[in-house]
Amino acid sequence: MLTPAAVPDLALSVDDAARVLTPEGERIPDPTLDPWLGSLDPGLLRALYRDMVLTRRVDAEGFALQRQGQLGLWPPCRGQEAVQIGTTHALAAADMIFPSYRETGVVLARGARPDEFVMAWRGEAHTAYDIQRLRMAPMQVIIGAHALHATGYAMGIQRDGADEIAVAYFGDGATSQGDVSEALVFSASYQAPVVFVCSNNQWAISEPVDVQSRVPLAARAPGFGIPSMRVDGNDVLACYAAMRWARERARRGEGPTFLEAVTYRMGPHTTADDPTRYRDAAEVERWQRRDPITRFETYLRAQGLLDDDAVAEVAAAADTLAAAVRAACVGAQTRPGVEVLDDVYAEPHTGLAEERREYAEYLAGFAETEERA
Amino acid sequence: MSTMTLARAVNASLRSAMMDDPRVLLLGEDIGKLGGVFRVTDGLLDQFGAARVIDTPLAESGIMGTAVGLAYRGYRPVVEIQFDGFVYPAFDQIVCQVAKLYYRTRGAVRMPLTIRIPWGGGIGAAEHHSESPEAYFVHTAGLRVIAASDPREAYVLLRQAIASDDPVVFFEPKRLYHSKGEVDTDLDLADEPPMGLARVVRDGTDVTLVTYGAQVAIALDAAVAAEDEGVSIEVIDLRSISPVDYRTVTASVRKTGRAIVTHEAAREAGVGAEIVASIAERCFEYLEAAPQRVTGHDIPYPPAKLEGHHLPDLDRILAAVDRVMDRPHTLAGAAQ
Ligand SMILES: Cc1ncc(C[n+]2csc(CCOP(=O)(O)OP(=O)(O)O)c2C)c(N)n1
Repeated sequence: MLTPAAVPDLALSVDDAARVLTPEGERIPDPTLDPWLGSLDPGLLRALYRDMVLTRRVDAEGFALQRQGQLGLWPPCRGQEAVQIGTTHALAAADMIFPSYRETGVVLARGARPDEFVMAWRGEAHTAYDIQRLRMAPMQVIIGAHALHATGYAMGIQRDGADEIAVAYFGDGATSQGDVSEALVFSASYQAPVVFVCSNNQWAISEPVDVQSRVPLAARAPGFGIPSMRVDGNDVLACYAAMRWARERARRGEGPTFLEAVTYRMGPHTTADDPTRYRDAAEVERWQRRDPITRFETYLRAQGLLDDDAVAEVAAAADTLAAAVRAACVGAQTRPGVEVLDDVYAEPHTGLAEERREYAEYLAGFAETEERA
Repeated sequence: MSTMTLARAVNASLRSAMMDDPRVLLLGEDIGKLGGVFRVTDGLLDQFGAARVIDTPLAESGIMGTAVGLAYRGYRPVVEIQFDGFVYPAFDQIVCQVAKLYYRTRGAVRMPLTIRIPWGGGIGAAEHHSESPEAYFVHTAGLRVIAASDPREAYVLLRQAIASDDPVVFFEPKRLYHSKGEVDTDLDLADEPPMGLARVVRDGTDVTLVTYGAQVAIALDAAVAAEDEGVSIEVIDLRSISPVDYRTVTASVRKTGRAIVTHEAAREAGVGAEIVASIAERCFEYLEAAPQRVTGHDIPYPPAKLEGHHLPDLDRILAAVDRVMDRPHTLAGAAQ
């Protein structure tokens, strides 16, 4: 049979992942994660909640804008807010992030402006956010390629002796790519200060994770000499703590770390996908009960850190942000056409300079015709 | 001024670039202790240390992808691909990442990478060690593609490539690694023509012969042989095959009215096709004859014992000269 042979349960189970919040929102101890949670500063806890809610709202807006013909495509991240927000909050502003296309929450937590979420998906730019300000490379579409960029960047940090780290985000499918394995080899060989965050959302479009791996993804890294952790990707505190652990290792010169965040993509792969063709409703329903935001909200309410008023206030802020995203999207101005020929080379290029001149003349011809008409 | 081989000239070029700019790093397989399989990086590890001369794991995409990350960080990586035939595992990183990041970020990210590739056949090498992959890179916007043809050119062009803020694929004809020439390592780079320009290596009036890399020497031999038979050939060394310096090429073809392009790489959709098409567009009314291509066959690179039948030699070029001069086969064989 040309289908992947049955995979041991271990590879797929969720319950062996490290967590400090149960799906019911109850705080439980975890010996590896607890040291990184300290006294759980209320300001941080509220910020984690707020950013998850904002991410979910921007994501819903992106989805709606695509359905209304405003965006060419949208890759939803609903269900993955905890890993995105938890890990990003554990970083310093100077740390450099190499994200995949699904990291809307990471972009948000880094302080993106409303227009910076949607212009790439609208087709106005390849990279819509200010990569210097956000300290984020462009969202990567070539699966796994950026794991190497993060590794090389981390090698640069090493050479500079800087107190920074590099982070790469990718999915479970990406772990099948040679580039990710090569990144594990390079980062281990040079002990580069890089953290790999694999959001195992169970699916690579229609391929389940058991087509990618016979073992839990976190189990691979030790074979490269890289410590790893399998963490509950729907537990924002666990994700935060795991990244703090990994970041400290990198800063102390102990090299790379691999985090597998076990989570679930609640929606389609992108707005062009039809997940009903390959997964059943019961599975989605099961994961619904592990929702990262509900879980955290329950916990915060029990701690007395969140009440109805605060929830309503965050919801209102989310609506305001979504409205700004929508306004930026609908009001977008497309660049003049001749600019497609700009920024191909940093230095003058005779061939392209001529091509641009010819095309500008050609376009100017239309303008003249219009004037005459 | 001193006499040195092309391999030494590349070594000297790397050394001076590294001395001038601490951000220049070398990455590659076996480039450290061994000094590279062609010894091109000999002595650089001792001089600059392992933080700047990086012996990498055996993974071409890994080398290229980490070089991209280093470039993000402000370094200027010079990557050595061990042999032309091994660049393919890194092809994805080169065409999707290296070439496009400047465009994708509208200039916010620069990729000042230099990708050095020992290149081409004629040395009786094993399979996958004699390829001419330049057309793949020429077809990719965002890259500059350069070919050295002698030690001095290699020295100057490589320094310019490393100094460039654009990614450069730099081809070193391995057939010429041991050939010698005069190189002035004290020259002022500011006085040199930019790497995008072609050079006329021999003046002539009847035929323009356009080429690059190791083929330049063969073209010059052909010009000498043709001269004896009363045909005057102008030889152009492109130096840059992306972009091509069409000012120089078209000025020559308008003068001679006849054009031949020769390269080792296969013919179909090759660099020669591009140049002949451009000559047709730009010089149609000046042409006395259809432009000709003299190239490798459209075959995988053959076994070493047969490579002489693949590489375009003096006689095949002279036969093309006969065609553009519209004369019977008189030149081919005349050189023997
Ligand atoms: C090299 C490459 N091959 C194929 C694709 C098409 N593709 C886009 S997303 C995707 C699935 C990726 O799955 P995963 O890595 O698990 O990330 P997720 O989408 O689940 O976040 C595929 C196959 C691609 N973008 N790049």
